Amino acid sequence: MMVMRWQLAYPETPVPFIGEFLWENGILLPEVYNSLGAMHGTIMIFLGVVPLAVGAFGNYFVPLQIGTIDMAFPKLNMTSYWSYFVGGVIMVASFFTPEGAARSGWTSYPPLSVFEPGQTLWLIGMVFLITSSLLGSINIIVTIVQLRAPGLKWMRLPFFVWAQLVTSFLLVLAFPPLEAAAVLQLMDRVVGTSFFLPTGLVVSGEMVAATGGGSPLLWQHLFWFLAHPEVYVLILPAMGIVCEVIANNTRKPIWGYKSLVYATVFLGFMSFIVWAHHMFMTGMGATMSAFFQTTTMIISIPSVVILTAFFLSLWGGSIRFNTPMLFALAFLPMFGIGGLTGLPLGLSASDIPLHDTYYVIGHFHYVVAPGTIFALFAGIYYWYPKMTGRKMNETLGKLHFWPSLIFMNGIFMPMFIQGLAGISRRLWDGGAIYSHAADTLWLNEVMSVSAWLLGIVQLVFIVNFIYSMKKGEKAGRNPWDATTLEWVAPSPPIAHGNFESEIEVHRGAYEYSVPGRTRDFTPQTEPKKSDN
Amino acid sequence: MEIPYTVEERPDTGLNNSKLGIWLFLASEIMLFGGLFSAYVFLRMGAPDGAFHEWGQELNIPLATVNTLVLITSSVTMVMSWASLKMNEFSKYKLYMGVTLLCAVGFLVIKYFEYTAKFDHHIYPSTNTFMAIYFTLTGLHGLHIIGGMIVMFYFWFPGSKMWQTEPEHFANRIEVLGLYWHFVDLVWIFLFPILYLL
Ligand code: HEM
Ligand SMILES: [Cu+2]
Repeated sequence: MMVMRWQLAYPETPVPFIGEFLWENGILLPEVYNSLGAMHGTIMIFLGVVPLAVGAFGNYFVPLQIGTIDMAFPKLNMTSYWSYFVGGVIMVASFFTPEGAARSGWTSYPPLSVFEPGQTLWLIGMVFLITSSLLGSINIIVTIVQLRAPGLKWMRLPFFVWAQLVTSFLLVLAFPPLEAAAVLQLMDRVVGTSFFLPTGLVVSGEMVAATGGGSPLLWQHLFWFLAHPEVYVLILPAMGIVCEVIANNTRKPIWGYKSLVYATVFLGFMSFIVWAHHMFMTGMGATMSAFFQTTTMIISIPSVVILTAFFLSLWGGSIRFNTPMLFALAFLPMFGIGGLTGLPLGLSASDIPLHDTYYVIGHFHYVVAPGTIFALFAGIYYWYPKMTGRKMNETLGKLHFWPSLIFMNGIFMPMFIQGLAGISRRLWDGGAIYSHAADTLWLNEVMSVSAWLLGIVQLVFIVNFIYSMKKGEKAGRNPWDATTLEWVAPSPPIAHGNFESEIEVHRGAYEYSVPGRTRDFTPQTEPKKSDN
Repeated sequence: MEIPYTVEERPDTGLNNSKLGIWLFLASEIMLFGGLFSAYVFLRMGAPDGAFHEWGQELNIPLATVNTLVLITSSVTMVMSWASLKMNEFSKYKLYMGVTLLCAVGFLVIKYFEYTAKFDHHIYPSTNTFMAIYFTLTGLHGLHIIGGMIVMFYFWFPGSKMWQTEPEHFANRIEVLGLYWHFVDLVWIFLFPILYLL
């Protein structure tokens, strides 16, 4: 990405430091630009956020938060991990093959993707990654349903666990159609079928030697049937983390816990019937458009319910502004911007001019970058003491947070402006050929500089992460005075079995500042009779 | 410490872990084949009138009928092998599981002859969209059969030692394997009419 932003800010000037070793004249080649773009999306989503949010946080904290000793199927977990590993290696290795990495976008639309080099490895890699996610999410569901500690009723689960449960259901049900689509595309590439190639297709002025009869739209349907639920896979675990951090640092029960749970489950169901809002440009007809815009508007309601519950939770709390809380607080408006800018995209009339412009890029990056990624940072700062027994440094944490917030917005806010001016996504020259958008081109430099600075700021995080492991302030079992079960275990938890003794649960997840009690928090394990 | 509910049922959910696991896995399998079925419908709607039916004439209905019967038999013997375990008759289990395995082999052999007959007539997946989806669906189904066979073989021979030490756990595993096998069977029951008859 950093290299791509050079090309966008200073088109056709040599890339400093590395350019001269890689390409003639040191200028980023268009093909390579396309590869980097496609792989950026793929890696960030399938190798970055999903494994971190579901694989890492889910696997580590779901058993802890439900008070059990391990995941339900430890061997399945290993299989899932190795499948992920192999998929990751294939993806990364594809850069070093003579063909280069895939370059048809993370969406891999045919017919282009059937002809471009690099795609075969991408598809094989995806099959492994999908398998890994499937096994992992089956494991998470079984763990939550079967291994909850005695007394941990459904409505006593921390919201994070609910978020992981719904996310896993989305993965189990939405990923297989993409696996099917990947198999079909592999067939097209390897044995010459025409699932996605229409009759009479002409490429570079020549008739394609395939029987035809297929349809590129078939891919789009199968792809978005996964990829819309996938966006909720990216956001729900983030909301789960934010909920934990907010409840803990406002010292208040979360506002409307039940409505949060119902909204999340409803959101999960709805996310299966909105996919074609990515396809308004395909000429699918007014009835279909009307259906999908309606469902899209309906699905934004639970998102708003969730966001509102979080905002209301802040009201009247005595907020502790520590680093995890700062990231969680920043998540709220950032996700808000991302969600609200989604609404015009969900209505076909306003989507048609906006489709495939930088506006769309701005929209989803607001939800995943300053949204999900901030939430993941909040989670890391919040749970670091549990994982290592030490807290991360607060000063460095704040030094990480504030610049990150500024530069994130520096990157993504201008995208809305450029998009509204009509600049398309995936352009090698950053829109220089669009005369009508000439007066927004200077923003490219702003975005690129922000991106590089953002990259540099992350070094503070890395330093803090490593430094605190040895030198951080010692944290006991429960450094944040929290109520949920993971804080009952020693920090770090016992390698085999998490807890020292069996857990029994007596109350809901967020009993903070209950009037009349001596402490402002009551752990879930505290028996009822000790009240007052 | 032991992971709870690997063998016995959790009282409030009425399930043990592997049973819930296999149901979830089958749900994802339904979505996988569902995706491919919808591709079939999509391609059929896009093809010229009657073309799918005409292309389908190349297929060998008698062989496929035999194969359907073979698979149904194997599902029955699979249930019998589990029931034998429940009745504590290990040798019968061995017998029925062996028959099931044999049926699976038979199915693949017949499928092999069907495939090679097509190739001999220069019919390949790339011939038309019907053949493309035919080979994809039956090929993927065949892979599921092979997967099932590997597990069956394991529990038939090397893995059956477990019966001596943990009989209930072993019977549960066979039950879960059975659920998978019935699913694979059911997929074929769908594939047979839509590919061969329609
Ligand atoms: C809350 C309400 C939301 C609505 C109404 C909405 C609506 C839309 C629409 C209609 C598009 C298609 C635009 C186009 O291609 O022309 C889109 C694209 C996208 N959205 Fe959202 N969205 C919402 C939330 C989210 C969330 C929570 C995420 C992720 C965490 C997300 C991630 C994406 C992504 C990744 C794309 C672009 C995919 C691509 O074309 O590469 N959206 N959104
Ligand atoms: Cu969507």
